[in-house]
Amino acid sequence: MPDQTFLDSTELVLNMGPQHPSTHGVLRVVLKLDGEKVLGADCVIGYLHRGVEKIGENRTYQQFAPYVDRMDYCAAVSNGLGYCLAVEKLLNAEAPPRAQAVRVVLTELNRVASHLIWLGTHALDIGAITPLFYVMREREEILNIFEKYCGARLTTHAFRIGGLQYETYDGLEADVKAACDHVLPKIDEYERLLTGNRIWVGRLTNVGVLNAADCKQYGVTGPMLRAAGVKWDLRKAQPYSGYQQYDFEIPTGTHGDTFDRYLVRMEEMRQSVRIIRQAVERIPEGPIMAKIPKVIKPPVGEAYVSIEAPKGELGYFIVSDGSAQPYRLRVRPPSFVNLQALDQMTRGALVADVVAIIGTLDIVLGEVDR
Amino acid sequence: MRKFLRTIFLIDLIEGLWVTFHYQRPKYMVTEQYPAQRPKVAERYRGAPRLNINPDNGETLCIACNLCALACPENLIVVGAERNEQTRRKELTTFTYDTSRCMFCGLCEDACPVDALELTQDFEMAGYNRDGQIWDRQMLEEGPRPKQYKY
Repeated sequence: MPDQTFLDSTELVLNMGPQHPSTHGVLRVVLKLDGEKVLGADCVIGYLHRGVEKIGENRTYQQFAPYVDRMDYCAAVSNGLGYCLAVEKLLNAEAPPRAQAVRVVLTELNRVASHLIWLGTHALDIGAITPLFYVMREREEILNIFEKYCGARLTTHAFRIGGLQYETYDGLEADVKAACDHVLPKIDEYERLLTGNRIWVGRLTNVGVLNAADCKQYGVTGPMLRAAGVKWDLRKAQPYSGYQQYDFEIPTGTHGDTFDRYLVRMEEMRQSVRIIRQAVERIPEGPIMAKIPKVIKPPVGEAYVSIEAPKGELGYFIVSDGSAQPYRLRVRPPSFVNLQALDQMTRGALVADVVAIIGTLDIVLGEVDR
Repeated sequence: MRKFLRTIFLIDLIEGLWVTFHYQRPKYMVTEQYPAQRPKVAERYRGAPRLNINPDNGETLCIACNLCALACPENLIVVGAERNEQTRRKELTTFTYDTSRCMFCGLCEDACPVDALELTQDFEMAGYNRDGQIWDRQMLEEGPRPKQYKY
């Protein structure tokens, strides 16, 4: 007979997920509770593991491109951009200026779409059902542009290594401008709906605080890092795909709590619209594809390229052995790294706050498990 | 003081409720009544595959070059060809396309040098079981015939 049985313990272990609607997929969180208070949270991941990195080792470079869309399916275009940039770095090639401008337009549109989905689901978790319907309506405008441009809405496969496969369609500029004009006033509308709402403010302020030092220690990137007051954005720090030409600001927060992260993401959507408007004005004429061999056999070596995906730093590390297939392909997914901070953020919080904290992490389980 | 009054008179909540309320007007309806109302998909939409035939003589456009099968990440295309002894040309005999494994990435379409294989705007390919998900040449040339519901 052990000295202490589980009946003596005040600690209650509770499984949240994997079939829980507000864990955003198949995340299982093992919560240790003392009454309503959370003593710790362990994440059990891997329910959606598909072995994407291993698949990459058995596909040619072009063939692997559609698979990266299936990791962060809310931001498939950003994933594709990161992968294409990584292979282009291996090949020592660069996309032509026209392709770069179109890439910027589409990735920024995708950032707005991804943040809209985050806003809708996050609000839904906390109890505000209405925004979810509205964000879907605005996202539809953006997805229609994707559908017209590349023929798919969610898993777009929009970019190819070395540039673009599809020439822009007639009316892309008008469509993009119309979408910007449509989305921008709606962001103000969401703010009217949520920012002043006392329930929303009460549920979010001082919940899940993660300060700048902890963020750096965990390797947390993206809006979560910026909400803690660190002005770090890879689009400014290491400009890629011609981001240095565009004028935009990095929104930052002060406390690093959930409400700050909400404000940072809302502001980021406005900045994205600003970038899209600049980029779509100056899409230069010219070719859309660089000179890339039909069978891509990069020289022996390795390359790491990271981009600012909607959720944080998305990196691709590719090792080439000179054959047509990567020797090793590693993805640094922002959701996976950001999720590690969950334990620290939930400690001392209430059970109801765990839902808010998972929502504010903005994780996509397709990317966490890969 | 202003903030206090806003709190007392519930202005913050009323503002939000007004946003919700003014969308009650029928002109803001955006929902598509899907099976009754057919959506119009884009011209470049990547849907059900089709093997184009020459409209003039009814022969297939496919030259059995096997490039689509090589481009496919899932290896789901099988091209059968036979050499015609008279013309010394490769001729297409069979063509199978496993739509249950297809992810509609469009690489086969890009690889085709004669625009024979094409991903079309048809999107209703779901079925109750896996029978019939592997399309043969005849099915690919005719295209899917989704059931139309009457309302």
